[in-house]
Amino acid sequence: MSDQVSQKPKMKQMNMIQAINSALDVKMSQDPDVLVFGEDVGFFGGVFRCTAGLQEKHGLHRCFDAPISEGGIVGTAVGMGAFGLRPVVEIQFADYIYPAFDQICSEAARLRYRSNGDFTAPITIRSPMGGGIHGGTSHSQSPEALFTHIAGIKTIIPSNPYDAKGLLIKAIEDNDPVVFFEPKRLYNGPFDGDPHSPAKNWGGHELGLVPEGHYTIDFEKARIHRAGNDLTILCYGTMVWVAEAAVEATGVDAEIIDLRSLSPLDLDAIVKSVTKTGRCLILHEATRTSGFGAELIAEVQEHCFYALEKPIMRVTGWDTPYPHALEWEYFPGLERCSRAITRIMED
Amino acid sequence: MVAHKTSRKNISNLHVPEPLNRPGATPDFSDLHMPDLVSDKTHTLPRPIPLVDAFETEQLASGLVRVLTLDGRAKGPWDPKLDADTLRLGLRNMMLTRSVDKRMFIIQRQGKASFYMKSLGEEAIAVASAMALKDDDMVFPSYRQQGLLLTRGYPLRDLMCQVLSNSGDKLEGKAIPICYSSREKAFYSIGASLGTQMSHAVGWAMACAYKGTDGVSCAFTGEGATAEGDFHYALTFSSTYRAPAIINIVNNQWAISSFQGIAAGASKTFAYRGLGFGLASLRIDGNDFLAVYAAIKWAAERARTGGGATVIEHFTYRKEGHSTSDDPSKYRAKDEPNAWPLGDPVDRLKRHLILMGEWDDERHEALEKELDAYVLKTYKEAESFGTLTTQTGINPATMFEKVYEDMPEHLRRQRQELGI
Repeated sequence: MSDQVSQKPKMKQMNMIQAINSALDVKMSQDPDVLVFGEDVGFFGGVFRCTAGLQEKHGLHRCFDAPISEGGIVGTAVGMGAFGLRPVVEIQFADYIYPAFDQICSEAARLRYRSNGDFTAPITIRSPMGGGIHGGTSHSQSPEALFTHIAGIKTIIPSNPYDAKGLLIKAIEDNDPVVFFEPKRLYNGPFDGDPHSPAKNWGGHELGLVPEGHYTIDFEKARIHRAGNDLTILCYGTMVWVAEAAVEATGVDAEIIDLRSLSPLDLDAIVKSVTKTGRCLILHEATRTSGFGAELIAEVQEHCFYALEKPIMRVTGWDTPYPHALEWEYFPGLERCSRAITRIMED
Repeated sequence: MVAHKTSRKNISNLHVPEPLNRPGATPDFSDLHMPDLVSDKTHTLPRPIPLVDAFETEQLASGLVRVLTLDGRAKGPWDPKLDADTLRLGLRNMMLTRSVDKRMFIIQRQGKASFYMKSLGEEAIAVASAMALKDDDMVFPSYRQQGLLLTRGYPLRDLMCQVLSNSGDKLEGKAIPICYSSREKAFYSIGASLGTQMSHAVGWAMACAYKGTDGVSCAFTGEGATAEGDFHYALTFSSTYRAPAIINIVNNQWAISSFQGIAAGASKTFAYRGLGFGLASLRIDGNDFLAVYAAIKWAAERARTGGGATVIEHFTYRKEGHSTSDDPSKYRAKDEPNAWPLGDPVDRLKRHLILMGEWDDERHEALEKELDAYVLKTYKEAESFGTLTTQTGINPATMFEKVYEDMPEHLRRQRQELGI
């Protein structure tokens, strides 16, 4: 196991919100150069409560509210990062990250390159992403492919509390800008992709058992969520849990790979698995055309062409804005994923 | 192609502002909010204490703070009363900047560099700012403040190698000419996306306050980019967090071919915008070395003593084209640069020094020659490292470096694909 865990960690059951909060708390306690700001993150503790208690514990100057100005939030963070601080900013919903897009791709991503290492932007941009909470067009988007397309930033998407904390600490310590998307449907528990099944929480779940202190998880290391021999499922975020439910429902011996880090990507893990299984299914919530799945398909066919027994398939959100009333027709849920698994396993 | 005679007449109710001085016109600046320059009224504008309530700077934001009269006297409460040595140094830095610009423009025309931007007529803004600030106050320039770097003593050869994108370029040819970066000289990396550096400056200033240093950040934008959201983000954040920042708007009247009215709209002045954010705001004569020096000193003191940010509009004129790729005769009156009523910053400081009995035409000419010779000699050294159009001498493998701190696997593979 590559995870660097401090010796004999004290474990605690956490949901993903608590794990993220704990990562921020650990880093703020360790490093006075870490500060947290964003819309409603201060006194209130964030609309999803990820920063709850941080202002109380670390002071008004370490965790504070920002004007409703995503471009200003990321822009000032870039300046602080260049100075030598390690700001962690929250963009309240991934759907609202676009005003900051120029600052992320023209500035944060390029500062190191254009100054040839003279200035850098060691900043972390956290943002809740994805659907499943009746958020409609403006609170459900998965814009990860817009960021994986940009050289100079890293794009991370955890699927569980344990990974969320270890990856977020890693992101804060990383000397490059990191976009850290948090699948908000997973904040309180895993989700099997069927809106009618009873809600689960992270209580008692082994991935909800999180070290209380400091630990990191390396980027560029995918996690084998379920080992299997007959099919490789590449996914991340919420779709990891939908994949798990679909594999159970179909009874296929599938290997589920939780990518965790989209950029940099653990290509070796992907190639190893697909070479073994000969079949590859890709799942993501984001719209299909030019989605991250397209990148994965290109890499898999290039590196595993002769091992493939069937065309690579993908199940994704449709190429429409995220609808409100028809959320479950849009979402690549249990039924669609199960159907795809059955199809790709046909001889 | 058939030439159509077009009418530029506006036959609708949509207001589209136009400058007075299109090609063929006789220069006329009556549309600018300019005080009566002959009477010395503007020299009586008060200089409040730097910690004054921001709203009390209202008449300074709508007026025009000046020190040097057009005939070379220093007058009024903003006179920083600099000694002759400092003034001569300021003159020298401005003349050096002008000489470098002249040389780099020529070498671009000779095809040795892809691009260059002159700062002719605006030298006082960068030079006086650098001299009024502490050397470690971080400046966040736009692309027309090369005078900051030169005043801070950045090696001229390094600057020229950057423009040539050759093997002497500290940035290894990664950035286009004029996008300098020098942490050592507290000169932030220029990105060339307009306005984006403004919020970085505010973030830097917030970091100074957070860490308890007495540092000040000093940002520059053209008047055109004040229309960008980034300008408003910067003003909002510096107001909210009382950031020790100086936000300079270099109003040189032209954003490529768009006259200042396209960004200004119905605004009274650009400085006036700062007042809406509760920031101290000054509009100053940007061709007046002493006024720029005094205003930056005032704003830096305000910032350093906890008064927060100041917005300064430097009222000036872009005498040359936007860049080597631009031809201003296509869109503005030919005589406009020479008709600019606020004169030329080098001439004005020279006249002042002569009036003081501290300078004369012979010394001026000799200095000009000395600087031109130094610039040419340094250029020859710089060119020995190669040029973009001959041989840059830059190792192609460096293309893949500094994208991230450590090279990720996919970039390693791509570098191999290129065969290096």
